Amino acid sequence: MRKSLLMLASAATLTAGAASADLVFPDLSYRTGPYAAGGVPFSDGYQDYFAMLNARDGGIGGVPARVIECETAYNTEKGVECYEATKGEGALLYQPLSTGITYQLIPKVSADGIPMHTMGYGRTSAANGEVFEWVFNYPANYWDAASVAIKYLHDQNGGSLEGKKIALLYHNSAYGKEPIRTLENLAEKHGYTLDTLAVDHPGQEQKSQWLQIRRTRPDYVIMWGWGVMNQVAIQEAANIRFPMENFIGNWWAGAEHDVLPAGDAANGYKSLNMNRVVDLPVFEEIKKHVHDAGNAAGDGSNLGKVIYTRGLYAAFLAAEAAKKAQEIHGVTELTPAQMRDGMEALEITEELMAERGLDNIGPAFSVSCSDHGGSGMGLIQQWDASAESWTPLTEFIAPDAEVIAPLVAEDSEAFAAENGIAKRCN
Amino acid sequence: MPESLLYGTEVVLNGLMAGVLYALVALGFVLIYKASGIFNYAQGVLSLFAAMTLVGIMNGQIPFAHLINAALGTEIHHFGWHINALVAILLTMVVMVGVAWCVQRFVFRHLIGQEPIILFMATIGLAYFLEGLGDIMWGSDIKKLDVGLPQGGSLWIEENTQWLGFGNENFYGFFLDRLDLIATVIAALLVIALVAVSQYTKHGRAMRAVADDHQAALSVGISLNFIWVFVWSIAGFVALVAGIIWGAKSGVQFSLSLIALKALPVLMLGGFTSIPGAIIGGLIIGVGEKLFEFTVGPLVGGATENWFAYVLALIFLVFRPQGLMGEKIIERV
Repeated sequence: MRKSLLMLASAATLTAGAASADLVFPDLSYRTGPYAAGGVPFSDGYQDYFAMLNARDGGIGGVPARVIECETAYNTEKGVECYEATKGEGALLYQPLSTGITYQLIPKVSADGIPMHTMGYGRTSAANGEVFEWVFNYPANYWDAASVAIKYLHDQNGGSLEGKKIALLYHNSAYGKEPIRTLENLAEKHGYTLDTLAVDHPGQEQKSQWLQIRRTRPDYVIMWGWGVMNQVAIQEAANIRFPMENFIGNWWAGAEHDVLPAGDAANGYKSLNMNRVVDLPVFEEIKKHVHDAGNAAGDGSNLGKVIYTRGLYAAFLAAEAAKKAQEIHGVTELTPAQMRDGMEALEITEELMAERGLDNIGPAFSVSCSDHGGSGMGLIQQWDASAESWTPLTEFIAPDAEVIAPLVAEDSEAFAAENGIAKRCN
Repeated sequence: MPESLLYGTEVVLNGLMAGVLYALVALGFVLIYKASGIFNYAQGVLSLFAAMTLVGIMNGQIPFAHLINAALGTEIHHFGWHINALVAILLTMVVMVGVAWCVQRFVFRHLIGQEPIILFMATIGLAYFLEGLGDIMWGSDIKKLDVGLPQGGSLWIEENTQWLGFGNENFYGFFLDRLDLIATVIAALLVIALVAVSQYTKHGRAMRAVADDHQAALSVGISLNFIWVFVWSIAGFVALVAGIIWGAKSGVQFSLSLIALKALPVLMLGGFTSIPGAIIGGLIIGVGEKLFEFTVGPLVGGATENWFAYVLALIFLVFRPQGLMGEKIIERV
């Protein structure tokens, strides 16, 4: 029995440890199901960027990138199945685009030694690289997002939120519940009161929650939504004539498809963003090398939209980490462990972004063995219904490290204790 | 009047209207079950498909454009016209009748006399097929649906009910969504029409005969094929109405198919065979879940509506298995 287990373990190590002839980036996408509206553009952006690198540069460091798409329908079980089905292909990096799937994959990627990048979602305390060796959530996480929203409101109110009433409308899932503790801690610090309102999957019916908001009249509503929940919430807010400028969604509740169904009523709605939505030079390259060649991942209509740009940003960060790994190890074909080294040495500068045609898509940041979380910065954008576009209201705002850092330390250390994980990076 | 009582009344009124919306979906289930004994798992997807088709026709979208472009290397997406909502609704109905004919011709015609579970399984397959077909035909992006229905709270009602608070500045008048009010009127008209068709027309009586026994209905000269196409067409129309109302709230997107989940407790409570039962069931579920969320929700962290509706339906089932207005079936062994 023991011998069989040892054989299995060594087989798993070999599978995850072997360098592949191409650089494999599984894309756990969702083009079907209730959350497809967000899943499709992200996947399109992610795949188009790698396709452009292959067509224009012959891949990364001369090795072609291979994206394996696997449909999860935003379903955790299917996400795990996708992971199991693709890890043997020489997968270098997973990007599940789902907090539920992320939570299920954390023990698996840790055991298999394959990095996972959960950009702006997933388990927040994975920012602590001393505990989470294989999980990265740069450039920002949920707790950063919550504190950026509060910082913005704090500034909007002349430096004080004392006596203000803030409601959190959240998707009743692991994802939606992530910011609650941070917002509670920030409430203690800033003196505002916090009401939490849960919305069940998928969020098609929210009358009760909005009647409650109408009764309690919070000064601000912060939304942690995804999928149809966003569109319904924005319409319901308009129905009760809640001031749109006091309604702020997180960065998963701030895409074009979230606001367009409500039409003019959505004008003034605000949201966070971790990436700028501007006409990037890289879009021309993608058009030329991918779309015009008939190799677009989708129908090409998502190019330049919020979530497409974010998917592209994720692919850019993955490609740069792979490049860094090639430099560090002096090889072109990579193992997952080498990919992790590349991610831990990642340094995104303004010059690098400009060189790649992604000028200031996000803030400059660097990653290290102990810090897998990046800068944590986010900006606030506002929807202009007549122009059907987002207008940035702020520059990138830094999160409240004073509150976030102890929370990350506490949560990650508890995880380490539960799972018997020894701290690394010493 | 105390503030909590006023707001409780507001919750009841909104619950009643939410119930009407649930009943709209449940009606489609009842119609098909009444006529064929089939529990139509695809009813929610029918709503989605109908709404997608409506938006596609209104916007002049070319169906299967992605497929055509991929196969022929073309770049076509739209016909370049915008069709009036009423005309588009009529054209969508033609499509839904076509769907009904296809469903009967290619699926249920081959399953006459089969066990109910086989028919149910066929509707599961149909649901997935229609879902995929809708995506391929019209794309999976969220579509704005504007057929001219007003949205937002009625200011008139709000202003004219404020006096009920007798100067209480924390009472802002009753909130009633204009879309919900219109949906209530539409549902009422639909129920009257459906009851009239089912009870007083030749086809309605034939429909009920088919539901009782396929073989017996055939033996007295009722055309099973025609009745099933007829019923699926009416269910398609009801699905279209539900799709329009729900689609106007959230945009037309995949989640519309999940509104069927809201209809299940309504059916369990109202009975699978009764049109008025679907309405009464919808109202009880709507008011029950909203009141529970209003009173108990804050104590247990909220988001109680989804599960409470099923608990309520289960409680009714224990005491009245056939539902409030369903037919009591006694089978001799």
